[in-house]
Amino acid sequence: MDEILDGLSEVTCDVLVIGGGTAGPMAALRAKKKNPKATVILLEKANVKRSGAISMGMDGLNNAVIPGYATPEQYTKEITIANDGIVDQKPVLKYAQNCYSIIEELDSYGIRFLKNENGDFDVKKVHHIGTYVLPMPNGDTVKKALYRQLRRARLLISNRFMATRLLTGADGRVAGVIAVNTRTAEFLLIRAKSVILCMGAAGRLGLPTSGYMFGTYENAANSGDGYAMAYHAGAKLANLECFQINPLIKDYNGPACAYVAGPFGAYTANNQGSRFIECDYWSGQMMLEFFNELQSGKGPVFLKLNHLHSDTVSEIETILHTVERPTRGLFHEGRGTNYREKMVEMHISEIGFCSGHSASGVYVDDLARTTVPGLYAAGDMASVPHNYMLGAFTNGAVAGEDAAEYAANVDFAEYDVADLARERDRVLAPTRRDDGIPPNQIEYKTRRLVNDYLQPPKVTRKYELAQQRFAEVREDMETRMVVRNAHELMRSLEAASILDCADMAAFSSLFRTESRWGLYHLRTDYPEKDNENWFCHTLLSKKDGKMAAEKKPIDPYVVPISEDEKDLYDKQRVRASA
Amino acid sequence: MPLAPSFTSVPVVVDNDKCIAEKGCHVCIDVCPLDVLRINDQTGKAFMEYDECWYCMPCEADCPTGAVKVNIPYLLK
Ligand SMILES: Cc1cc2nc3c(=O)[nH]c(=O)nc-3n(C[C@H](O)[C@H](O)[C@H](O)COP(=O)(O)OP(=O)(O)OC[C@H]3O[C@@H](n4cnc5c(N)ncnc54)[C@H](O)[C@@H]3O)c2cc1C
Ligand code: SF4
Ligand code: SF4
Repeated sequence: MDEILDGLSEVTCDVLVIGGGTAGPMAALRAKKKNPKATVILLEKANVKRSGAISMGMDGLNNAVIPGYATPEQYTKEITIANDGIVDQKPVLKYAQNCYSIIEELDSYGIRFLKNENGDFDVKKVHHIGTYVLPMPNGDTVKKALYRQLRRARLLISNRFMATRLLTGADGRVAGVIAVNTRTAEFLLIRAKSVILCMGAAGRLGLPTSGYMFGTYENAANSGDGYAMAYHAGAKLANLECFQINPLIKDYNGPACAYVAGPFGAYTANNQGSRFIECDYWSGQMMLEFFNELQSGKGPVFLKLNHLHSDTVSEIETILHTVERPTRGLFHEGRGTNYREKMVEMHISEIGFCSGHSASGVYVDDLARTTVPGLYAAGDMASVPHNYMLGAFTNGAVAGEDAAEYAANVDFAEYDVADLARERDRVLAPTRRDDGIPPNQIEYKTRRLVNDYLQPPKVTRKYELAQQRFAEVREDMETRMVVRNAHELMRSLEAASILDCADMAAFSSLFRTESRWGLYHLRTDYPEKDNENWFCHTLLSKKDGKMAAEKKPIDPYVVPISEDEKDLYDKQRVRASA
Repeated sequence: MPLAPSFTSVPVVVDNDKCIAEKGCHVCIDVCPLDVLRINDQTGKAFMEYDECWYCMPCEADCPTGAVKVNIPYLLK
């Protein structure tokens, strides 16, 4: 295995879904359901059985809008406020209206959701305003349940193929994708009438403080390839300066899971064991308070459970040590941390891109359409904010249906064969050298520079230095990177995506000359929020081969936000009581 | 610049007595999201070839004989 072989096969399909994690399988299922005659291919870099963020399942839905607990309008309002107003509400409202039917569908797959003694869903309050968190008692089975459905629908699955570039026609429509087998380096050209990108977050952008390159919060296979591919295909990307930064268990870099433990009475505390934030729901404003506390004399920050009854702690342990990130128990054991006795040390993560806690990502409308005709995006890489797992499923479904309909009404776009030849040369260049720099050093250096220069607080001069350093690394990557086998070739392609994302992070951050979203876009030389000039989206795209940015007005709200509500998320710090 | 081989301690351990790779099993290799497990040419058993692990556990959870043990990578232990 891993020997580099020469090969190129070509296949065609109606709908191509790239990324078989969470949004992808649902998109493929829905496309097939919408048009049973359509050929649907699901392409995955890893193996659909265990790929993506939900590889080992999930402990609950973060953002479920359940009748009786919340209305779609309330939810839309909360997400708008959590995002400092920079939200197109239509896709958020649509998600909120659709997500309950997706819960019912998941339920029919055998995935269970917590119910109370009356048989109603037992939703927990974690957000600042409303109640949206729904635990999943058999959350470890999500991937298996999805895979059963994929088999039943007889979808075509191509595992271990990494998509590298999209092809577009002269008319600008999407024409297909180029992919490389991660174990043989053979090429696969898939021509498709519509393509749905479901390639997850950009999780390998910053370097974890542990120094371990794969010790990331996100599934480390999510190296930002989707963002890079969308960019090179000419799609627009929204609000990338609104970084993802998470409050995590220090070194382990997994979620401390205040969402799970919170409803049982656990909370985020400082070194005195005191609460300092009102609400543990992840937002930029909350992260800023977290950051301030870390830097202060009351730091570091901890997850506190040692005041809870031992039985309650056992219940929490059963959840946290079996699903999502199940090695967590082992990690605590190694450090001698028993939740009953010690608080769990937390830290803030390195930066990444993810729409989980922001409105960043490949720009999409309420039908999951990007700005490239025939190209869709869903899940963590699409710009619909605060999607999480249920959003990935719900918008994956929306994308699948519309992409199937689109494909039924168009012919294949003609791609330029020169584009294919150019991409093969780009991909294979590191295999043609026998001396140079291995991809792990290119990647390490890029990510170390991301930490040094891009991690907020953002300073203009540091960002400009970062751009210079990135250009030097790019030069090395393009002229000297060397690989010895197909596995390293995959890593070299990932290194290129990571560098593209780093450049996009720097460029979009410099464009927005204000501070917004708490820590996510805290610019020390523009410390104030500037609604007059910056109450808008920023869109980044490739114009004449270069990065360009523009402003886009926010679509008029469909759910109005009153003056006294719009700053609610700014009030995160616990007030000193009299 | 010349290249140097370097060595590193990896987090995933396979118990060769339990692994039945020679009977055609390669479940752990199939499911790993980072694609870092391989069959060792000498022993015919599964092993961790690349130190690029997300300590996520599918390899351990899906192995039919319980041969795989995932540890926390040394750098973040
Ligand atoms: C540790 C953790 C805990 C979380 N906890 C919760 C929770 O409790 N509740 C909740 O609602 N949400 C939670 N989330 C968020 C939720 O899991 C994600 O929002 C959701 O799963 C994202 O789905 P996705 O389809 O966008 O990405 P993923 O499911 O990650 O799928 C992306 C897929 O794309 C593939 N891919 C990447 N690049 C390529 C390429 N070049 N070619 C082909 N394929 C490629 C990847 O291998 C992967 O399978 C959590 C996330 C993490 C990481
Ligand atoms: S899954 Fe278990 S038995 Fe199968 S190859 Fe891997 S270690 Fe061996
Ligand atoms: S823990 Fe995850 S990344 Fe590591 S070898 Fe097992 S399946 Fe692969």
